[in-house]
Amino acid sequence: MKVPRCKGTRDLLPQDMAKFRRIEAEFRNCCLGWGYQEIRTPILEYLHLFTSAGTLSPDMLGRVYSFLDWDGWSGERVVLRPDGTIPAARLYVENFQNLPIAKLFYVENMFAFEGTGKESRERWQCGAELIGGSKPEGDVELLSLALEAIARLGIDPVEIRLAHAGLLRTFLEGLGLSGEQEAEVLDQIFSGNVDVLVDIKGGNPELEKQLQLLFGMKGSSPGFVENLRSVCAPLLPALEPSLNELARIASLLTGLGFGYGIDFTSGRGFEYYTGIIFGFYSSGRRLGGGGRYDELIPLVGGGSVCASGFALYVDELMDLVKETPRRERILVKAKGAEGLRDSLEVAWLLRGAGYIAEFDLGYKETSDFRWIVVMRGGEGIELIDQLSGKKRRKSSPAELLRFLEEAGCK
Amino acid sequence: MQVRLALPIGQLQDSTAALLKEAGFAIGDYREGSRSYRPRCEAFPGLFTKVFHEKDIAIQVAIGNYDVGICRLDWVEELLAKYHSDAVVKVGALGYGKRSLYAVAASSSEAKSLEAIRSRSESLRIVSEYPNLAESFALKQRLRRFQIFPAWGAAGVYPPENAELAIVAETSSNRLREQGLVPVATILESSACLVANRNSLEGKDLSQLLAALSRADVGDIDVEEAGGGGAAAGAQRSAIGEPVVSLALPDGHQQPHTVDFLNRAGLKIDGYNVGRPTARPRIGVDGVTVKVIRPQDMPLQVANGNFDLAITGRDWLRDHRFRFPSSPVEELLQLGFGKVRIVAVVTQDMSVSSTDDLRKLKRDSVLRVASEYVNIADKYAHDNHLTPCKIVPTWGASEAFLPEDADVLIENTETGSTIAEHNLKIIDTLFESSACLIGNTEAMGRLDKREKISHLVEAMRRGIEAHPHS
Repeated sequence: MKVPRCKGTRDLLPQDMAKFRRIEAEFRNCCLGWGYQEIRTPILEYLHLFTSAGTLSPDMLGRVYSFLDWDGWSGERVVLRPDGTIPAARLYVENFQNLPIAKLFYVENMFAFEGTGKESRERWQCGAELIGGSKPEGDVELLSLALEAIARLGIDPVEIRLAHAGLLRTFLEGLGLSGEQEAEVLDQIFSGNVDVLVDIKGGNPELEKQLQLLFGMKGSSPGFVENLRSVCAPLLPALEPSLNELARIASLLTGLGFGYGIDFTSGRGFEYYTGIIFGFYSSGRRLGGGGRYDELIPLVGGGSVCASGFALYVDELMDLVKETPRRERILVKAKGAEGLRDSLEVAWLLRGAGYIAEFDLGYKETSDFRWIVVMRGGEGIELIDQLSGKKRRKSSPAELLRFLEEAGCK
Repeated sequence: MQVRLALPIGQLQDSTAALLKEAGFAIGDYREGSRSYRPRCEAFPGLFTKVFHEKDIAIQVAIGNYDVGICRLDWVEELLAKYHSDAVVKVGALGYGKRSLYAVAASSSEAKSLEAIRSRSESLRIVSEYPNLAESFALKQRLRRFQIFPAWGAAGVYPPENAELAIVAETSSNRLREQGLVPVATILESSACLVANRNSLEGKDLSQLLAALSRADVGDIDVEEAGGGGAAAGAQRSAIGEPVVSLALPDGHQQPHTVDFLNRAGLKIDGYNVGRPTARPRIGVDGVTVKVIRPQDMPLQVANGNFDLAITGRDWLRDHRFRFPSSPVEELLQLGFGKVRIVAVVTQDMSVSSTDDLRKLKRDSVLRVASEYVNIADKYAHDNHLTPCKIVPTWGASEAFLPEDADVLIENTETGSTIAEHNLKIIDTLFESSACLIGNTEAMGRLDKREKISHLVEAMRRGIEAHPHS
C-alpha cells in the first residue's frame, strides 16, 4: 500500500530547497551585517507560554498543534511552535535580560492547523527581533533591514503598509465597547477581517464615524497623520501618543526616501502588538510583517522591556525568488585502476576551485554536462566540451583549472 | 438503498424509542436494558440500526459510518470543538433530553465567578467528560494557565479538592446546587438532536426518515439520573495544615467486590454501600478522605497527585502507563478480585484464529481496532506489526462495533459469554487483570503522609490474607 504524504504538509524538492537556502542565506547575511545574532528555539513549547492573555488570540490558539507529552499526566500541554516572536521573548527573558538591548534573528518553522489540507500547515519564517529599544528609530531599523533582505532577493517593487495597534485599541476603548466585545473586534481585525468594523455599535456615534473615516482612507505622508490628529484628537485626546509615534515613523521613512501607505485595514498581525504594525507586499502578496510589542516581555515573565520585530514568510518569497545560478557541473570519468586514483584527485581539486565534480557511475546522462573530464592514468587529462564537441588534452590538473577559468566557467 | 441509523443507549433510549414509534419506525427490542445492538425495524427492512454510547454517535456519523444519528447536542459540540469538520449536520432538536453544560465550582470555593477564575495566577484544573469543550472554554476565557483532566464520569465530585472547575451536563442549576456545586458559566443548552452525515444528506434519499422524525413529538420519559452527590454531599475538608491522605474508590462493576474486600480488611466506610454510593463516603481512619470516582480515571488522578491511593484495575493502570511511561504511579497490592482477561476479539466470520493470522491477512483497507483501552490497543497493534491500522476509541457497548465499524476489538471479559453471544470470537489474550491498589510514589515518600498510607496498605494486605483465593 502506497503511503501518502501527511495531509497539510509539503515536500521541498531540490529546486525548492535551492530557493529556500538562497532566501535563508541572504536573510542571515543581512541580519549579521546589521549586528543581529542568530538564535533557534525548540519546536516544542508549553501551551501556557501562548495562552498568557494578550499573546495569541483564541482563534489562533484554536488552531495550534497541542498535545500531552509522554510525561504529560499533569495535563500540561505542549505545542508545536505556532509563532516565532513569543519563544524568542521567552529565550530573551531566560538569557539576555541583563543586556540593554538584544538584537536577535531566526529562521524557523511554525505550525498552525488549516482545515482544507490544501495549504501547508507548516510555515517557515525569517524573523528578527529588537528587544530593549523603545524608539521609533528602532522600528525604522527593522523596516530597513527587512527591505534590504527582500531587495537582495531581487524582488521589486515592494510596498510598505503601516497601521497602528495602539491607535486602534484607543479608538475601540473610546467607543465604549465591553472588554469582551473589544477583544473580539481586535481578534477579527488582526486576523485580517476588517468588515467587522461596519457593524460596531458602541455608545459614541461621533467616534464611530471617525473610525469609518480612518478605515476608509489611505495616507502616504506625515501630513496625513497630522490631518488625522486635527480631526480625531479633539474627540479622543488619548490618541495623541499613538499619533505622535506614527508621525515620527512616517517622517523618518519619508526622510529615508521610502514610499509607504498608511492603511488601517492592513493592521493584520498579532494580539501582542501595541504600536506600529507594518506589512510588506509585492505582486499582491503579503511577504511579511511586523510591529511593536511593548507588553510581551512582561507577559512572559520578564521586566518592563519594550520590543519590536518582524518576520518574512519564506513560502511566499519562494514563489517570487529565482534560484541562485548553479555552479558549473563537470562529469569525471575514470578508465582503469590508475585512472580511478587520478580522477579522485582531480575531482577534489575541481571541487576546491568551486565546481561541482560528479563521478560517472554509469547511469547519469552525459548530456546533462557541458564538460567531461576523462582520466586514463598516466595518459594525462582529456577534456571534452560537449557544446562544441571538441576534445582537448591537458597535461596537469593545474592546466585544466586554468583552461576552465579562461573559458568563463565560473 | 440501505439507510443507516445510529441510536443512543442509556438515558435517551426510552424517549427515542417512543419518538421512533410515533414516527412510524417502531423498532423492536430497542428499549433500556435490552442487550441487542442491532434492533430491527420490521416496517422498513432497508433501515439498518445500531445502538451506541451517545458520545460515539456524533463520531460515527461524522466519519460516514452512519447516515443519521440521534444523540445530545453536547456530544456533537464536543466533537466539533476539536475537529472543525463540516461532516456532521445538525438537522434539528428533538425536544427531549434537555440539559445544559455548565462550568461549575464547589459552593465552598472562593473563586465562583468568571472574573475570580480569570484572575487566578496559579494553574486552573478543569475536569470533564468533555475535554475538548473544556479546552475551548479555557481558551475563550483567556485563562493564562490551565490543566484539563479528561474523565470518564463523576466530574462533579472533583471540586474543590481535586479541581477548581468541572464541566458537567445537568438538567438544571438547582440540581447542581443540591450537589454542592455552583454554575460559573453556562457553556451550552443541549437536548436530543438529529444529526446527519453531510455526504449522505447531499447524495442519498433520507427524506422519509428525516421527515417522520422531525414531525414526531415526544416529551421526556422519566429516567433515573445517574450521579448525584457532588461537592456538598458530605464534603470532608480537613482543617488547614492537617496532612490528609486521599483514597479513591471505584463505582460501577467493581464496587460490590470492593465493599466486601474493605470489610475483610477491617476498613469501615460509611456511605459506600452497594447500590448508590455517596460521592464522599466516610472512612473511620483519622486524616484519610475518600471519594468515589470512575476506575478508568484513577491512574491519571493518582499520577497528578489529586489522590494518594486508589483501588482500580490493572488494565487501567497498564493503559495509563503505556501512555505515560514515567508516570509516578505504582501498584502497591494485587487485591485478587475482579478478575478479567483482556482479549483481542474478531467476528466469527473472519477467517483468523490468532493475532499472527491477523497480521498475515491480505487486506486492501486500514485495519480498525476498537477499544476503550486506547493505549493498550495502540501498543497491541504496534507490537504485532498490524499495519496500516487505526485505533477507534469507544465509550462502552464496544461489542456493537464489530464487524461493520471495526475489525478487531480489545475488550475485557470474565467468562467470554458476552463475546460469544454477539457472534464474536477471541483470538488472543493480551494479559489478565484484576483489582489493585495503586499509589503516588511521591506521596508515599512524604513524611506527613507516609505513616497513614502504610496504615491503609497494611490493613488491605491483611484483607487479602484473610481471603487469599477471592
